[in-house]
Amino acid sequence: MTPPRILYCNCTYAQVVPKEVKEAVLKRLCESGVAFDAVADLCEMSARQDASLKRLAEGGAVKIAACYPRAVKWLFHAAKAALPTEAAEILNMRVQSADEVCAALFNPELKPNLPAGKTTKPSAEELPKSEVAV
Amino acid sequence: MSLKDQTALRIVFYEGDGAQSLEAQDRFAAMSRLLEKGFAVTRVAGGGRVAPADRASLLVLGRFDGGRAPQAEDAHGQVHIRFQDISGFDSNRVAATVETVRAETNAAKHGDWKPWFPVIDYDRCTNCMQCLSFCLFGVYGVDEQQRIQVQNNDNCKTNCPACSRVCPEAAIMFPKYKAGPINGDVVSDADLQREKMKVDISALLGGDVYALLRERSEKAKSRFSKERDANKALTERQKCLVKLASAGDIPPEVLMSLPSPEEIARRAEEAMAKAQAALTKQTL
Ligand code: SF4
Ligand code: SF4
Repeated sequence: MTPPRILYCNCTYAQVVPKEVKEAVLKRLCESGVAFDAVADLCEMSARQDASLKRLAEGGAVKIAACYPRAVKWLFHAAKAALPTEAAEILNMRVQSADEVCAALFNPELKPNLPAGKTTKPSAEELPKSEVAV
Repeated sequence: MSLKDQTALRIVFYEGDGAQSLEAQDRFAAMSRLLEKGFAVTRVAGGGRVAPADRASLLVLGRFDGGRAPQAEDAHGQVHIRFQDISGFDSNRVAATVETVRAETNAAKHGDWKPWFPVIDYDRCTNCMQCLSFCLFGVYGVDEQQRIQVQNNDNCKTNCPACSRVCPEAAIMFPKYKAGPINGDVVSDADLQREKMKVDISALLGGDVYALLRERSEKAKSRFSKERDANKALTERQKCLVKLASAGDIPPEVLMSLPSPEEIARRAEEAMAKAQAALTKQTL
């Protein structure tokens, strides 16, 4: 089975993704033997409705290192390039560590995680006790 | 030229047959430099797939054997391909070479505009048109099915998340915003109870610029028209705007650059009419 493609977003035009995380992820990608696509800023591409978003979305299963899955899903949609819900896994460099992001990127197994439908985060009272931070 | 009319140059690092591999640190330095300059870069290697080619111009960089870049063209004549030997180039020289090709091919120049614009989560949006009637800068519009959409994202005021705060469904994201759920983080029940925040903002404003935006009322209009002392009115407005800036997290420079009260009233009415027309068509 062919492993999913890898797409890395450098979030060039804002400082919202920690610099040390995005640099470490890009460095590890460059050191590895894998092929990958890297873009400067998915937001900018979405704003300009860059046609390349279509090829990035439509080339089969993909793992994307960027930010929140909900944001990435609708950024692609805004550029008329819908990501396949069942074949896209988003790694969030705003909150995950470089180690976590790289482990997921280099894992050939795809864990699709695009939000589907209207989801609302449960409040602390609704969560099972084991999931509530103490 | 609108951002949407420009094509981008895609850079490909080639390290296959007929070329030498780059050292990992050189590859990282060159890629980082190009990404910082706004280019999209692909590394092709034996271990994995990349996105297919499209009609964008391609610039293939490599340390080609003998320092000679191959000559090739797309058999279908759809993709414009150039090869460039980068043997002995440092990352600055790679970036300068790419920039020259970008200018020659008339491809998009990146970085002139911070990509700050609303992104709608259609899983949440109920098409209520509040954002359309709120925004004074014509960012929102409707498609043929009267569905809300972001139409003029480069009109959006950098760092201003105001419209996301009027959306009752927390459906408007600014992915480069600092906090959730505006940045795309999962929406919580607490986020949906922001009515309180909205009320606080209107109380704060007590009839000033944003109250006018909200109420669109004749009463508010006549209040502005009675502001005969221009200096006093300006001081008052500035005071309110500073309060709003801190309460609503709206950059002061955005508020200060708002048009005159009369112009605001005119644009607000126009936006309101657009929203009303879309809502009416929906119910037909
Ligand atoms: S998609 Fe996320 S990571 Fe990428 S540029 Fe936009 S905000 Fe930054
Ligand atoms: S205010 Fe929110 S729910 Fe209403 S149309 Fe705009 S995005 Fe949709």
